[in-house]
Amino acid sequence: MSIKTIAGVEVNVNDEGYMEDASQWTKEIASEIAKEEGVELTDKHFEVIDFVRGKISAGEGLTIRGIGKSGVVNAKEFYALFPGAPLKKVTKISGVPKPTSCI
Amino acid sequence: MKKLLILGAGTAGTMMANKMRKTLSRNEWDITIVDQFKTHYYQPGFLFIPFGIYSKNDVIKPKNDFFPVGVNVIFSEISKIEPKDNRVILGDGVALKYDYLLIATGTRTAPEETDGLLGSLWYKDIFDFYTIDGAVALAEYFKTWKGGKLVVNITELPFKCPVAPLEFVFFADAFFTERGMRDKVDITYVTPLPGAFTKPRATKMLGELLEQKNINIIPDFNIMEVDNDNKKIIDFGGQEIPFDCLVTIPTNLGADFIETSGLGDDMNFVKTDKHTLRQVDHDNIFVIGDAANIPTSKAGSVAHFAAEIVEENLMCAIEGRELTATFDGHANCYIETGYGKGTLIDFNYDTEPLPGSFPFPGLGPFGLLKVTRTNHYGKLLFRWIYWHILLKGKDMPIESEMQMAGKKL
Ligand SMILES: Cc1cc2nc3c(=O)[nH]c(=O)nc-3n(C[C@H](O)[C@H](O)[C@H](O)COP(=O)(O)OP(=O)(O)OC[C@H]3O[C@@H](n4cnc5c(N)ncnc54)[C@H](O)[C@@H]3O)c2cc1C
Repeated sequence: MSIKTIAGVEVNVNDEGYMEDASQWTKEIASEIAKEEGVELTDKHFEVIDFVRGKISAGEGLTIRGIGKSGVVNAKEFYALFPGAPLKKVTKISGVPKPTSCI
Repeated sequence: MKKLLILGAGTAGTMMANKMRKTLSRNEWDITIVDQFKTHYYQPGFLFIPFGIYSKNDVIKPKNDFFPVGVNVIFSEISKIEPKDNRVILGDGVALKYDYLLIATGTRTAPEETDGLLGSLWYKDIFDFYTIDGAVALAEYFKTWKGGKLVVNITELPFKCPVAPLEFVFFADAFFTERGMRDKVDITYVTPLPGAFTKPRATKMLGELLEQKNINIIPDFNIMEVDNDNKKIIDFGGQEIPFDCLVTIPTNLGADFIETSGLGDDMNFVKTDKHTLRQVDHDNIFVIGDAANIPTSKAGSVAHFAAEIVEENLMCAIEGRELTATFDGHANCYIETGYGKGTLIDFNYDTEPLPGSFPFPGLGPFGLLKVTRTNHYGKLLFRWIYWHILLKGKDMPIESEMQMAGKKL
């Protein structure tokens, strides 16, 4: 764990740059992290981020399927908003833990 | 009479019917088990069918052969669970009351979830091997196939028996080599995972095996659709992979009625406490096998290890005690690597697959994360164990809790 200053605020992050305390998160922080990830945030992005933060604070898991069923975006739009590795990117930007896959 | 109702008579449900009939008094407890089908499939055998090693008859037996005396068996579709009223509605509208419910309805393949998968090439150049029909159709196809691009694609996580697609490509390599046409077959393994498997050491070991066997791997591929006209699979990021023969592991979903009964997650797997194996919202419902959304492999071995835990906790609940048994997510999977050899992985929620020997430290006879002939015999032996010991709910000489002895960190 280390401390990183993002958008002028000191926050706790892990080795991969994921925030460790979701309550430290702000929209400004999200925009900063998004820039590092090569994403420019729009209102649509924030709708998805709201959904993601809601899911995590309710203690629920996050899947691409779940986001695709959310009514906010479908899976294809989700990939277009957060290209490459959408789940990894959206969680990092939303200040929540990186999802783990277990099989 | 009090009532225990078991939904699903596959691996887990059958095993539990046998166990609970021994444990619960016949004077006090009625046990009923419900399934839509009369045939029991030995699913691990599906892997061997496309390569002509097993035929359909090697993997089927009547379900009725495996139920103990004193259990009511109903062959019917299950339509809904109404947990508030403690009852289950069957397809024909009949309602069954229960005091305790055990859900063991497993998972099914859902090719309809991917655009184009059920298109014009389905069972012509596109096959699955997770169903008996798919495995048999693919066996026929391979008999006369002239070669080309063989693409094996995992659609989405989680899916049952996560090592089966790897075994499939290892077998394919050996099969086409033995037929003298390996140079005409280009094998590609396409997965949404970042590598051959999830955990670091097993991923490294299995990734190296793929490389040795000249099997290409394309990781991080999340399929969006199948283009039947141009014979390509396309992912959400726009990447395209051409195929001549596509072998798909379709999306795996829990039973539909789990969703309509309000008990499931995004993929209709029952929300289950990963340690107690009790449904998270209802104290008189337990879950076992592939139907549960617990973070471990969906495999027969997991259901076997979980059975002891469910039995103990069910008895605790019935007798009004605290639940004392804790499941550790133990999984134990033999992996066929072709040419009469195999490897073995043993792991749980917290410990990744490690090298070593199993089940006896230093002695084995099975080697963990090693390719040996004995491991292959372990897998073949598993079919006998499955029919004769596992389904009957008898004990095996293997601890249900994962053991660290014999493993190298
Ligand atoms: C190709 C392949 C290879 C495999 N290899 C291995 C291996 O090597 N080792 C290993 O440990 N595991 C392996 N597995 C996995 C193993 O077969 C499963 O994990 C195991 O069978 C799960 O048992 P279950 O009881 O949870 O589900 P199942 O055995 O699938 O049983 C579920 C039952 O519920 C019934 N059902 C579902 N919905 C309804 C409904 N609405 N109404 C009525 N009935 C319903 C079904 O008819 C079925 O009989 C493999 C699986 C496959 C497909």
